[in-house]
Amino acid sequence: MGLLSDPNRRRALTNLVTRLNTPLCVMCYIVGITWFLGLAFEPFTLRTYMSENAMGSTMVEEKFVYGDRALSYSREFSGHRKKVGGLPVDWLGKTMKSRGLEVYKQTFSRTLPFPDESKERYMVKGTNVYGILRAPRAPRTESILLSATCSEGSNNNQAVGLLLALASYFRGQIYWAKDIIFLVNEHDLIGMEAWLEAYHDVNMTGIQSSPMQGRAGAIQAAVSLELSSDVITSFDVVVEGLNGQLPNLDLVNLFYAFCQKIGMLCTIQGKLQRNDWDTLPGYSHSLNTMLLMVLKQSSGRPQGDHGLFLRYHVEAVTLRGINSFRQYKFDMSTVGKLIEGMFRKLNNLLERFHQSYFFYLLPSLTRFVSIGYYMPAFSFLILILMLRALDLWVQLSNTPRVQDDEEQDPGPSMLSLATPIFICHLTGLALYFLPILSQDMATQHFPVSETEAVVFTAIAIYVAGLALPHNTHRALSGNGTECGWKFETLISSVPCCAPWLYSAD
Amino acid sequence: MHHELEKLFGYMSEFDQLPACMTDVLHIVLMLADDMACNHRNPKPATVFSHKNMELNVYGDDVEVDYRGYEVTVENFLRVLTGRLPASTPRSKRLLSDDRSNILIYMTGHGGNGFLKFQDSEEITNVELADAFEQMWQKRRYNELLFIIDTCQGASMYERFYSPNIMALASSQVGEDSLSHQPDLAIGVHLMDRYTFYLLEFLEDIHPASQSNMNDLFKVCPKSQCVSTPGHRTDLFQRNPNSVLITDFFGSVRKVEITMSTMKLNPNNTERTEM
Repeated sequence: MGLLSDPNRRRALTNLVTRLNTPLCVMCYIVGITWFLGLAFEPFTLRTYMSENAMGSTMVEEKFVYGDRALSYSREFSGHRKKVGGLPVDWLGKTMKSRGLEVYKQTFSRTLPFPDESKERYMVKGTNVYGILRAPRAPRTESILLSATCSEGSNNNQAVGLLLALASYFRGQIYWAKDIIFLVNEHDLIGMEAWLEAYHDVNMTGIQSSPMQGRAGAIQAAVSLELSSDVITSFDVVVEGLNGQLPNLDLVNLFYAFCQKIGMLCTIQGKLQRNDWDTLPGYSHSLNTMLLMVLKQSSGRPQGDHGLFLRYHVEAVTLRGINSFRQYKFDMSTVGKLIEGMFRKLNNLLERFHQSYFFYLLPSLTRFVSIGYYMPAFSFLILILMLRALDLWVQLSNTPRVQDDEEQDPGPSMLSLATPIFICHLTGLALYFLPILSQDMATQHFPVSETEAVVFTAIAIYVAGLALPHNTHRALSGNGTECGWKFETLISSVPCCAPWLYSAD
Repeated sequence: MHHELEKLFGYMSEFDQLPACMTDVLHIVLMLADDMACNHRNPKPATVFSHKNMELNVYGDDVEVDYRGYEVTVENFLRVLTGRLPASTPRSKRLLSDDRSNILIYMTGHGGNGFLKFQDSEEITNVELADAFEQMWQKRRYNELLFIIDTCQGASMYERFYSPNIMALASSQVGEDSLSHQPDLAIGVHLMDRYTFYLLEFLEDIHPASQSNMNDLFKVCPKSQCVSTPGHRTDLFQRNPNSVLITDFFGSVRKVEITMSTMKLNPNNTERTEM
């Protein structure tokens, strides 16, 4: 007979589960944690490799030498920006047009749920300026994008300058098979989201924007630049996007391949690569890098402008130039060469990125851990829930027989089960709606700011909730509640396991 | 795929070098799966060069592509060979050979042990090819056939031939890869494969009156140049390879006999007079 249909064997199994439940759970927990920590150990990781055939090698001749032109554009940009007090739309439009691009502007505005702390305003208004370099001979069906954000203060001027210099250099080449969009967006993420929503003709976040005049087809890949100094010592790649989404690993591999070819120092999470993986400091360095990536993904915040592209299935990375106190500096021409090389390889793409991994962790730029390797660690942790559920199930199916001779208890009734669920949902709704609804009233009557009001409302609801189990226990008594609570725990732990089981395949 | 196309054009250019021959372009059927000359990424549109010094544009003015893009399928290739084409097919897409024709077939691309890849989705196997050649022999569609293949493990493609009068050359043995010649950094791809490059070099010295025979062709691209070992097969061929001229297959040289006597031709006379 089968393992589960044979009553003797089944009883042996269930006894095992109930007797050894706690030790098994503890072991699963330890195995899960150790597995995850062990992933950063270099022999357990795989070396990164280019999966896409079209971008096989870095065999391309980069001819960009106009670094000084980039710097002069950046100086002009910063000067005009100070004069205008925001994005110098007219100057930017005129410069792009003189370089031979099709220039379009897009205005956007958004009311913020909380007023901006620095400027105490409820509305953010801005303009995005973008120029499209049409491919000389190709149909206008695909495009690649280069963007630089006009952020607060006087940051990122050199990125805009390099963008303009690259635009004028790219315009003179005839081998482009895709259109190239050069985008300068205002207000960082808000401007980028406004541009993306208008480009893809959706409205997800309630940004009002002017209709988009010019489009260039489906965007195959996007690169966002952040450069705030004339020379850089290293180039950092940022991959984490909105809600922890990641670009295709091939894009990161492409960046690293060109870093190696040009000889530029490239980092991830701001950390350089180390060669001493068999020592403790080396291992903790990789572990640190990997855990930083996990942390940034879990925060859900896009770590760069590229993070918003990922939702539209456009692979994107942010390249950040870092100027530290190292001796060897790389100038704008070298950075331009790297970007030119990347774009020439992106030009060769015939299909969207789909060959390489979409879920991965990077302990360093040359090593990666794919989802198939890190998911088992989580599944061990979920196994604990399943073991507990099994244990409760076995106990529930055993207890009625034990209490046969005592007075018949009604057992868990519908009311006793439904009440906690109902209270949970009510608490959830309260947490979701009350903070924002009551924020106005809170700021009027209490001396707190808007963001503080939200936090305090949430804390108040939690404190009220602390009294809840105590109250329900008093209202519904009896032995049936013991079973009831076990049943509750069982049915609430099973849905937690289900998504992980589905994702593990 | 760029370098594979180069090789095909290599043969076209070979005809350019023989202005004295009566190359009848209807008898060249060219099947190109990828259009590299007119690809948007080609910095020099409508040209395909064999070397990065850009001396020889192999995609010259007289290159006519008969089957391009998605028309290049295994089915179409076999139909061209066996002649089983729909009645509406134009003459330029037909082989138009008879029992006195010598046929040269040159194939290149990605291949493996016993197959050659067409279009990312299908393959032609050595068994299919051997059967197609047998059908051609049964229907008397060739006199002699020279088969040249430049793919990885190319020798596997001629292992299964069983029809008479076939001679075959391949760029590499089973278990070996055929390698490409040199990269061009301006485009970012390799331009040509080694075997084809050296074969083209060798053929450029052949003129219509050349007496070079097949044994010289077998010596092209030794292992020192090609890294792979080229192979050949002559057991099905009835003549001795050293009596077979290269111009029997290349250059469309026709045998001409000169006679000093005259012939009288009468109109509407179906009888042949003695020569």
